[in-house]
Amino acid sequence: MQSIKLVPVLPVPVDLLRWLAGPLAAEFGLPVHVDAASAFDSDVAYNISRGQSNSTILLTELLRVFPGHDGKLLGITSVDLCIPVLTFVFGEAQLNGAASVASCCRLAEEFYGMAPNEGLFRERMLKEAIHELGHTFGLLHCADFNCTMHSSTSVDDIDVKGGHLCAVCAADVRRSLV
Amino acid sequence: MAEGKKQHTVLIVDDEFVVRDSLSKWFAQDGFRTASAEDAPHALKMMDSGPWDVIILDIKMPGMDGLELLKRLREIDANAQIIMATAFASVESAVQALKDGAFDYVTKPIDPDHLSHLVSNAIRQKVLTNENTLLHQHISETAVSSEIVGQSPQMARVLDLSMTVAKTDTTVMIRGESGTGKELIARTIHANSARRYFPIIPVNCGAVSESLLESELFGHERGAFTSAQYRRKGKFEMADGGTIFLDEIGTISQKMQVELLRVIESKQFMRVGGSETVHSDFRVICATNRNLEAAIADGSFREDLYYRLNVFSISVPPLRERRVDVPQLAHFFMHKYAAVMNKNVTEITPDTMDILMRYDWPGNVRELENVIERAMVLAVPPSIRTCDMPFQTVPKKEGPEDRTLDAIERVHIEEMLKQNNWNISRTADVLDIDRVTLYNKIEKYGLKKP
Repeated sequence: MQSIKLVPVLPVPVDLLRWLAGPLAAEFGLPVHVDAASAFDSDVAYNISRGQSNSTILLTELLRVFPGHDGKLLGITSVDLCIPVLTFVFGEAQLNGAASVASCCRLAEEFYGMAPNEGLFRERMLKEAIHELGHTFGLLHCADFNCTMHSSTSVDDIDVKGGHLCAVCAADVRRSLV
Repeated sequence: MAEGKKQHTVLIVDDEFVVRDSLSKWFAQDGFRTASAEDAPHALKMMDSGPWDVIILDIKMPGMDGLELLKRLREIDANAQIIMATAFASVESAVQALKDGAFDYVTKPIDPDHLSHLVSNAIRQKVLTNENTLLHQHISETAVSSEIVGQSPQMARVLDLSMTVAKTDTTVMIRGESGTGKELIARTIHANSARRYFPIIPVNCGAVSESLLESELFGHERGAFTSAQYRRKGKFEMADGGTIFLDEIGTISQKMQVELLRVIESKQFMRVGGSETVHSDFRVICATNRNLEAAIADGSFREDLYYRLNVFSISVPPLRERRVDVPQLAHFFMHKYAAVMNKNVTEITPDTMDILMRYDWPGNVRELENVIERAMVLAVPPSIRTCDMPFQTVPKKEGPEDRTLDAIERVHIEEMLKQNNWNISRTADVLDIDRVTLYNKIEKYGLKKP
């Protein structure tokens, strides 16, 4: 049976991953494990001139740490992520592949000079985790504003969209598991 | 972006693998069909697998650079929306790229939110451009003279002249009796000209009093006169880019003739009560049923304006000179009013058609249309019969008692002279003889101008 493995990409509070496991298991109907022992450092992908880590390199690192993994992998980090051509990304995933990575850096209100809001932060983190894992199940961006797979290129977009997969995307996930 | 039914396409041209790879994946998650090229030769080759809705094009590449490639790509597909991307932005390259037709210019790394909006806008722009092209095509297809009915050689000639002059920007004067369809000819010329996507503005000079005509043509400023509560555009201003159709041009006053000549020559004017010069790019088509040559002779029409307007002249023949068109016109109007009145009338009886053919139609096509409209009200489906006509018989023209050829020729020439207001040139044209011959015959038969 397929499962989802959450991997800390340091620095990141492991508690956040533990909290995510429950709602992710409910969303995908799959067992979710936090593999704290396999945590690795984001420095491997750090770009000193940009002060960010390259998310594509982190995906490669995840696949290197878990070769031939037959489930889904989600690396979570608190460092800011980017790909060379874009100023930042919230996360990156292999479309219909195994690995995905998400950053909580730009999901915290403090990043935008606002007062901390733990509830909102966790809500955003869960949406981002569902979104990146969704891509590993082969889901594309969804036109439905209420679906977590709706495209989001700013934190406001994340707040606007819903926290669950729409019926069509959820069905596609189930189909991919058969 | 994957919201529409159509799958959009994006081509990424960049010499860096990581850029091509990451952008391809980024767009793929949005449902795009993506492809990439590492340099200009590959990009040009990829154009065969297009069309591409959006092309992300790097400026700094080995070999042919992005700016040069932009021109080549635009030559191959002018509809592709090209977004230039560079890590080495400069004002010069940005200006050059936009001048050469790039949709936009971004610096790497690109803000994902900005890129997302940019690509959405580029696709929206492409969809609108395509829609616009299709609409233009539709207008061009429907702009043919479908309402000009007639198969007579005279009407074929009129249509031929109209089509020829339509391709130019020449001023046209359409002459013909009232009801012959001069405005329809003007509209046909406009609809087949390069100005067809702009309006044709008709002005009936004879229907507007002289005091109002100036404001009608040139517009007025607020407070220019007592009832001028708002600034109003004039017809010349409204015709900017299109055509102004000045009907019954022969009726305008001497003062307006001077104004008109000046505006037609300079294409600029001032609104009534205004001090600002307004420029307008219009074509002039005018029409008259008056004998303007006679009006020049008696001093009521300015010769300089006449020559300015009469650059290309089209004469629309009266219906009685092209009776062969009557059946087709009658059927055209019958079908038109059958649809309007929702009446299943599909034929005109032979007796009725005989009456229509023998009638002289002093009111020309307009009169024929009115007669058919009236008949359609009375007609009992499926036919228009003689009892539906406002006239059941047409009196036969009285011929000369003397049946010699000379006598018949005399009557015919006299009739033609009357119909053409004793305009010698026009009568000679109708009779297909030269003016000297016509003068000789007038003298021979002792005909006198009434």
